[in-house]
Amino acid sequence: MSGDPAVDDLVAALGEALAPDRVRHDGAERALLSRDASVFEGGVAGPVCFPVSTSEVQAIMRIAAAGGHNVVPRGAGTGLAGGAIPLGAPIVVSTTRMNRILDVDVDDRIAWVEPGVVNLDLSRHLGPLGFHFAPDPSSQQVCTIGGNVANNSGGPHCLAEGVTNAHVRAIEVVLPDGEVAMLGGLDAEPLGYDLRGVFVGGEGTLGIATRIAVTITPNPPAVRTLLLSFAEVVDAANTVSAVIAAGCVPAAMEVMDQRITVAVERYVGAGYPTDAAAVLLAEVDGLAHGVDHDAETIATIGRANGATDVRLAANDDERALLWKGRKTAFGAIAQIAPDYYLHDTVVPRSKLADVLEQVYAIADRHELLVMNVFHAGDGNLHPLLIFDAREPGVLERVHLAGAEIITASLDAGGVLSGEHGIGVEKQQYMDRLFTDDDLDHQDRLRRAFDPTCRANPGKVLPVGHSCADIQSLRAVPTGVWG
Amino acid sequence: MAATLASADPVLADFAEQVGAEGPVAVEGGRTRWLVGGAPPPDVRTVRAPAGIVEYAPEEMTVRVRAGTTVAELDAELSSRGQRTPLPDRGGTVGGALAVGENHPGLLGRGRVRSSLLQVRYVSADGVLVNGGGPTVKNVTGFDLPRLMVGSLGTLGLLAEVILRTEPNPAVSQWVVSDDADPFAVRHVLLRPGAVLWDGGRTWALLEGQADDVASERAAIAVHGTFTDGDGWPELPPHRWSLTPSGLRDIGAHATGRFVAVVGAGLVFAAEPQPSRILDPAARTVGERLKRNFDPDGRLNPGRDPAAR
Ligand SMILES: Cc1cc2nc3c(=O)[nH]c(=O)nc-3n(C[C@H](O)[C@H](O)[C@H](O)COP(=O)(O)OP(=O)(O)OC[C@H]3O[C@@H](n4cnc5c(N)ncnc54)[C@H](O)[C@@H]3O)c2cc1C
Repeated sequence: MSGDPAVDDLVAALGEALAPDRVRHDGAERALLSRDASVFEGGVAGPVCFPVSTSEVQAIMRIAAAGGHNVVPRGAGTGLAGGAIPLGAPIVVSTTRMNRILDVDVDDRIAWVEPGVVNLDLSRHLGPLGFHFAPDPSSQQVCTIGGNVANNSGGPHCLAEGVTNAHVRAIEVVLPDGEVAMLGGLDAEPLGYDLRGVFVGGEGTLGIATRIAVTITPNPPAVRTLLLSFAEVVDAANTVSAVIAAGCVPAAMEVMDQRITVAVERYVGAGYPTDAAAVLLAEVDGLAHGVDHDAETIATIGRANGATDVRLAANDDERALLWKGRKTAFGAIAQIAPDYYLHDTVVPRSKLADVLEQVYAIADRHELLVMNVFHAGDGNLHPLLIFDAREPGVLERVHLAGAEIITASLDAGGVLSGEHGIGVEKQQYMDRLFTDDDLDHQDRLRRAFDPTCRANPGKVLPVGHSCADIQSLRAVPTGVWG
Repeated sequence: MAATLASADPVLADFAEQVGAEGPVAVEGGRTRWLVGGAPPPDVRTVRAPAGIVEYAPEEMTVRVRAGTTVAELDAELSSRGQRTPLPDRGGTVGGALAVGENHPGLLGRGRVRSSLLQVRYVSADGVLVNGGGPTVKNVTGFDLPRLMVGSLGTLGLLAEVILRTEPNPAVSQWVVSDDADPFAVRHVLLRPGAVLWDGGRTWALLEGQADDVASERAAIAVHGTFTDGDGWPELPPHRWSLTPSGLRDIGAHATGRFVAVVGAGLVFAAEPQPSRILDPAARTVGERLKRNFDPDGRLNPGRDPAAR
């Protein structure tokens, strides 16, 4: 009992629609779900629901619509832009119990999954059939396909294959008014506006995905993984730009600077050189001759750009270990610093070296430690600011440095986010990239799905653009830097 | 962003002025797909989008192009640097190809039209220039207006200028044909083919990649049929059908007339039109709200409806 009869009634109604033990309103559950993996605090969860079916999600939405309550969908809570943070005590809809792989069809090359299926579980399931799900965020051991869809997530292997949007064919969605819509389809060119394409990346503001048909990708017969070492970070960045400029699009091209490599080595011992200023992990896949050709191209371009060492992973174990190192980079950081803030901007690939140099200079100016580990192949920077939040004044410096990194990226012709989304993190920067008219049109798109702004309100669009403007929410995100 | 788009680019500003803020208006490209999604009223005022390639950065694999540029002109420029896009060339314009949103029959190799649009600038129903998306190859900054525009038939905004993603041409492209192959088995064997086509009897496969790989893939499909060298695309019948890839297996159940199917994609070019399809009712409602939100008076490309193809 909450002490507030209106809340008690709501919890009771939800419990009746689902099952009482799958609607929680205790302090512990609500506190847990008031945050995600971002640095943002100030979220307040209302009743937390764990539906197991589309019809239960629909029942929640109908109750919410009838009572004028807001609803926030939530996957694994690994989002880094605050997308799943509940603002103003909305109903939280956790998809963790909707985690079944429903169907795999090799002929149509699709898998139907529920939104709570963990990314890596799907690829593991597909392995024996010779397929995988291409988007592979570093968080893939825990993040959900529903979260991937909502954030249009990427991963190291999205360079050649494309990010989540290229791998989603159809989505069953419970709209904020409680109607169930099928967006897109398995046929070649589905009818109507591309609502499927628009829903991907909607950050939970367009409804709740309850079933998703994703494209499954055949495992390539041949793979080559190269590890190039450099004495300067800019040499690694220039190599990446030159590989793309040479018309070669590898499966993945990831750069890690020395600080992060050292941390990774201490953490997992993946075999990275700790004396290089930067390493480039490049992978090519496909048919035997093509991969040899591309591996040779990358090695040659690397050497021409000052690579001090070029190594080819000798076998699958060595390859797996290198990737383990790359994907646990953030875990490694957690070992050495109490707090980190991971940024996410994209710049034209030819500007990588230039913007990286600025990132280091910005961190120096603010007396912060910065590490860089990023999806270099598509220009996606991930400067990681390391700090100890207990140090007085440090949060302000982190904030200022972050703002300058964003400015440097935008000045180079870049954009605000490559894969983490806008959430509550970058709303205030949206008008740096878009005019009022542009934002107004984004709002019109959003309102076609959610005319009354009840799905994850207060996200994406900046204050001053309707759905971001709900007064009751505004009291909340001040603690953003908490 | 203080400056508006219009003040920054007089060519776009001029297009916006032509579109204006009142009265029905249709945009005319090459008129190659003029009747897709319904016929505009015969007396509707028409405008043309500006033309020309604004900035081609082969090393970024992006190109900024005015919507009125012909696909042929774009293709010629890109192929001079060994690159291509997923846009089909049917004698029309870039803006037209995006607004119609139909894929190239070589979509297995080239990818889908919808994935190629990075940034879009369009004129809204109130005559204002709007920008969606961004210039980089990866971007999740805000709601995805580019996706919304692909296949919208110009009913939500009139395309003025776009940035497209390009990709390198394969080192080698080789057509092979067979009169006794199982096209589904062939598609399954090929890793990243340019195309696998089938007319119920003959199978065409476009093998793409390094020469040695093309040779070994050719050897691999020989198990499934007797192949000889081909000489390019077969003639494609005029009507498009949208089926699922597995649905092609019983294409005989449909009254397609002569057909050429894109195996692996479910796209079919047929002599007879596809019977009308039915859109999911809740998706239709969202589509209707989109139209109302973007073009309350219904002035943009009247008579057309992406749900009525
Ligand atoms: C260590 C670490 C590494 C990471 N690496 C990467 C990376 O390489 N690439 C990358 O892109 N991201 C990365 N991320 C970010 C994050 O993991 C992704 O954004 C992921 O897709 C979020 O999934 P989730 O299930 O945790 O979603 P959540 O954080 O729970 O939610 C994210 C958003 O999705 C919405 N949502 C969730 N489920 C649904 C649904 N069913 N319907 C509608 N909306 C829904 C939520 O409302 C929220 O807005 C990383 C995060 C961490 C902590």
